[in-house]
Amino acid sequence: MNNANETAVVCRDVTKWFGQGASRVDALRGVDLEIRMGELSMLVGPSGCGKTTLLSVIAGLLDSNGGELEVLDEKPARMTKQERIQFRRRNLGFVFQQFNLLPALTAAENVAVPLLAAGFNRIDAVREATKLLAELGMENRAAALPSELSGGQQQRVALGRALIHQPRLIVCDEPTSALDAKTGHAVMELLSEVAVRPGRAVIVVTHDSRVFEFADTIAHMDDGRIQEIEPGAARARQIANFGAAAPAIQ
Amino acid sequence: MNFVALKMLTGDRAKYLGLIFAIAFSSFLMAHQASIFAGIMDRTRSQIVDITDANVWVMDRNTEYFDEVSALTDDDLYRVRGVTGVKWAVPLFKGQPRAKSPDGKFRVVILLGLDDATLVGTPHKMLLGSASDLRQPDAAIIDEAGYRFFFPDGPLQLGNTLEMNDHRVRLVGICDASAPFTNFPVVFTRYSQALNYVGRERNLLSFVLAKPEAGVSIAELSTRIQSATGLRAMSSTQFGRATIVYYLKHTGIPINFGLTVAIALIVGTVVAGQTFYIFTIENLKQFGALKAIGVSDRRIVAMIVLQALLVGAIGYSLGMGMAAGFFSIFVHKIATRGIVLLWQVIVGDAAIVLLIVIVASLVSIRKVLVLEPAVVFRG
Ligand SMILES: Nc1ncnc2c1ncn2[C@@H]1O[C@H](COP(=O)(O)OP(=O)(O)OP(=O)(O)O)[C@@H](O)[C@H]1O
Ligand SMILES: [Mg+2]
Repeated sequence: MNNANETAVVCRDVTKWFGQGASRVDALRGVDLEIRMGELSMLVGPSGCGKTTLLSVIAGLLDSNGGELEVLDEKPARMTKQERIQFRRRNLGFVFQQFNLLPALTAAENVAVPLLAAGFNRIDAVREATKLLAELGMENRAAALPSELSGGQQQRVALGRALIHQPRLIVCDEPTSALDAKTGHAVMELLSEVAVRPGRAVIVVTHDSRVFEFADTIAHMDDGRIQEIEPGAARARQIANFGAAAPAIQ
Repeated sequence: MNFVALKMLTGDRAKYLGLIFAIAFSSFLMAHQASIFAGIMDRTRSQIVDITDANVWVMDRNTEYFDEVSALTDDDLYRVRGVTGVKWAVPLFKGQPRAKSPDGKFRVVILLGLDDATLVGTPHKMLLGSASDLRQPDAAIIDEAGYRFFFPDGPLQLGNTLEMNDHRVRLVGICDASAPFTNFPVVFTRYSQALNYVGRERNLLSFVLAKPEAGVSIAELSTRIQSATGLRAMSSTQFGRATIVYYLKHTGIPINFGLTVAIALIVGTVVAGQTFYIFTIENLKQFGALKAIGVSDRRIVAMIVLQALLVGAIGYSLGMGMAAGFFSIFVHKIATRGIVLLWQVIVGDAAIVLLIVIVASLVSIRKVLVLEPAVVFRG
């Protein structure tokens, strides 16, 4: 975290296509983008313009076809499959539109999953997760199953899961679009409060203009390219929130 | 991550129980059918293994198994007695006359005529009476199952009579005999008397039972008898096996049971495999999320294998429990007496269930391994 480099992600002329021949779909047609540490960057644009694809490439879930990509000073293209999995496990947090919680696990156990994946034992992992849930305002619901939680509560659990292992990059795809306006607003508020901090970058893909106010930077995307980057309303905000004291993992 | 795997599995109650149910029933059916098959085949040699006094069975060259016999002559008996190394050799008659009880019940019985002088071949487990009472006039010993057929009411009791070929037979003993393949009553009497009970059959000498002198092996004696007399001679074990092989080859029994076992195996594999596959498919999003979060493929495979092994172990245990329960009840029923759950079946069944869950999980493992973690972002 004592990273002198203020950029978390650098994309240069990144391309990505699906399929080949006549059925080839060019999802990314040369993306140039920098994501800064300590900021909440929003990626916005019309449906099908390539936001999710770009997020997947940045997160190391998809390989790009061309261009240069640097994530947290590393080049995913040079990593082996194993190294990439380990890189994600250590450095990335994910928030999904559909929450993607494991329905058979309690809220605390769901939050604990990244710690379990890193080799923590169950008791320690769940204890840390319960602490973090309390900081997310969910102290009474730690033992609840996802099916017993509201959408907003589930997304808070997902947020906990994205934060528990203190990742340096958090990627969120449409985190509010499965929620009503008020709940979505609350989740974004929480996200910007507890997730954004020095040494960490947060990328949020959204086309929900009501939450633009939480952005430090807004990148407008269209047809597989970044069209425009503008400062967001939150840029002026003091980045001085010290969120959850979750355990650091090596 | 193991508890995550277990919770994922048990969290979907319906599919979890469905998996266990499929494996339990297929392993029960396989164990059940295989044991009954083994038990029934074993019964074809019951009357051979019940005779333990003699070790060598001598028979006509054309006799292939116990139940269909080409008769020998008295001369054959003397020739066997003349072979060096034979300690003694006695005649044994085996026939299937019809017996009738005083109140008119009738059934074909397996009649064994034992050497008058030595009574070699008498049953060892007498429930009532004594084997030596066979020396009395018109005396016979019957096995318990046969007795209960002819005299279903009341306790075991000596002195009842049966009629065979218009001759009266007095029951002087009731014994416990291994269940015969045909489930007919087993009746023992003296060789000299047996002729009276069988009617048209002329020649009584079905087998010669022989015992080697000390120092002569059973195999050695069999060879000597064969070369000296031109008859067939073999040990009890060999004759028992030959009888089983005859039934295996010449009846539809193995095919029938084999078919049931195969169907149980296929249905078990398909149902368990399909249920497990559906379970995995429905959880694909969850596995995708785990992959995205950074759970390694190896870890995920281990999770699936653990899930499969768990349902396999539980299903198998239930199946074996059902089979053990079944046989512990039916081992005492007359029709199924002596048929037990064999350890070989228990072990074999475990191996097959393991195979089932491996096949069932392989498809799922493949599906999860090729899964792109990027699916987690798709609606
Ligand atoms: N796995 C895939 N196979 C084929 N085409 C794909 C695949 N994933 C995405 N695409 C295509 O790539 C393009 C960009 O898709 P992407 O999901 O990145 O868009 P998006 O900006 O996230 O859209 P939305 O706002 O609807 O989520 C689309 O044309 C889409 O159909
Ligand atoms: Mg999208």
